[in-house]
Amino acid sequence: MLEVHNLSISFGGLKAVEDVSLHLQQGAIASLIGPNGAGKSTLFALASGFLKPERGTVRFLGEDITGLPPHVICRRGMVRTFQIVQPFAAQTVHENVAVGAHLHHRSRRKALARAEAVARRVGLADQLNKLASSLTISGRKRLELARALAAEPRLLLLDEVLAGLNPQEIGEMIPVIRSIRDSGITVLMIEHVMQAVMSLSEYTWVLNHGSLIAEGTPAEVSNNAQVIEAYLGRGTAERLRRNSVHA
Amino acid sequence: MKDLIALIVFGIVVAALPLFVSSGFVLNIVIMTLYAALLGQAWNILGGFGGQFSFGHAVFFGTGAYAAAVLQVKFGWNAWAALPAAVALGAAVGAFIGALSFRYGLRGSYFALVTLAFAEVFRILSNTFDFTGAGVGLMIPLTESAGNFQFTSRTGFLYVILGFTLAACLVAWWLKHSRYGAWLQAVRDNEESAAALGVNVFRVKLGATMISGALMSAGGVFYVQYFHYIDPHIAYGPGVSIEALLAPIVGGIGTLFGPLLGAAALHLFGELTRSFMGDAPGISLMVYGLLLVLMVTFLPRGIMGLLSGSPPVRKGGSRA
Ligand SMILES: Nc1ncnc2c1ncn2[C@@H]1O[C@H](COP(=O)(O)OP(=O)(O)O)[C@@H](O)[C@H]1O
Ligand SMILES: [Mg+2]
Repeated sequence: MLEVHNLSISFGGLKAVEDVSLHLQQGAIASLIGPNGAGKSTLFALASGFLKPERGTVRFLGEDITGLPPHVICRRGMVRTFQIVQPFAAQTVHENVAVGAHLHHRSRRKALARAEAVARRVGLADQLNKLASSLTISGRKRLELARALAAEPRLLLLDEVLAGLNPQEIGEMIPVIRSIRDSGITVLMIEHVMQAVMSLSEYTWVLNHGSLIAEGTPAEVSNNAQVIEAYLGRGTAERLRRNSVHA
Repeated sequence: MKDLIALIVFGIVVAALPLFVSSGFVLNIVIMTLYAALLGQAWNILGGFGGQFSFGHAVFFGTGAYAAAVLQVKFGWNAWAALPAAVALGAAVGAFIGALSFRYGLRGSYFALVTLAFAEVFRILSNTFDFTGAGVGLMIPLTESAGNFQFTSRTGFLYVILGFTLAACLVAWWLKHSRYGAWLQAVRDNEESAAALGVNVFRVKLGATMISGALMSAGGVFYVQYFHYIDPHIAYGPGVSIEALLAPIVGGIGTLFGPLLGAAALHLFGELTRSFMGDAPGISLMVYGLLLVLMVTFLPRGIMGLLSGSPPVRKGGSRA
């Protein structure tokens, strides 16, 4: 469904994404993990047309979409959310979500009806008439998800939709995300909440300093020495191994 | 739907006015208020619904005014035939300025300055060429008849400007209830999010600039027919640009009725200051400037914000 080949971009001297290739199967729910500043969001921006790669290609549904503008990529069925939520602050939740629904529905009435259904699905039903600017963090994350979902994507790129939520809210969101996949939408998510990565994703790529350092099932990846070091610092894997031998 | 009914009722009430009022003085105030509301609504469609603040809306007004005057004076056109041509030209100038600005990603104060610069360039050009009457301006021949868009009574002008203003308000109503309007307001509030949801940001902004330019130039045509005269300063000077943005800012930016309310409040206010302070040159501009500062500081959502009663500070409001 999504094939990224040797994608690279740098900002000034910083290689934010360096020679990254990955292949996401249709119908999958997968994740992209890695420490802060690893280049995960930048990779999303490259795939969805918000940034143009210096090298490499992006193929979506069998077609080369490298360098196409974001709205065109969205219309082809790849919809992203933003890590730093970007609501239409002066508009209500209902109006916000309707903008997404309008992608496939010209009629205002139909778009509003669709928006209401989607809002219900992500647990925003009783906040429909609130201003987006008055929502809590959790509400804003849900809104970000609802808007993207209302655009009826085939591939959904979720950038840290669980960040900033408390454990209870995370517990509420996990089944929502799973139900999205179960409805036939392929999902690729950037996530820091390991509980979510472990319970939701079938496959995981690990990015560090702009490069892929590991991939596999979450269980495989979390035992990978390089991954542990990327997260916990140099020498950690060695120490952990020594500790477990002594124990 | 309630807002549409309110608009229709407003239209009927104003249309019935000449049955009860015969004073030319009063009718003139009503005409000039509707005219200010037209300019305000034209600006509001781009500035209020689209978030693209223009400081040079005179560029569209002047183009409409000169198109009407030149086509009549130099080419012998009938004024009614000149009207659609002038409106189309206003839209075309909108397309040109919009394409240039948005292609290069100019937003906020940069866009405002570009529009201001274009108005100034057009003023200098119209001041230079004989074609537009240069500094002397153009006087259209006085042949009063409805077929000439020169009415013998104020009532005729009242109906025409009411029609124009209602048309502009219907466009604003449509923006509140259509997909295009939803996209335009999405672009106003966050371009990145809009693009992520499949909105062609460039096209949407360009469309709004063209609609706004077309309506503004209809205002220019009306001016020429009402006053029979146009010159570079009237057409492209800062006065019209300020008048266009004042009504929606006072009334409530990005709302359907804001420009109407703002225009009415300003004209009432203008008459009051004139009767208290006389007609000293510059006084009204100073008063308007002060009013603008006060509005932006204390009532950023204008009169509509007061009426709707929700919290007063909200960036780029769109309700009502
Ligand atoms: N537009 C940009 N300009 C300059 N540097 C950027 C830009 N976007 C991201 N970066 C840098 O690129 C690196 C990767 O950022 P990002 O993709 O946001 O990381 P992640 O999402 O994995 O936390 C960081 O060092 C960040 O500071
Ligand atoms: Mg990120």
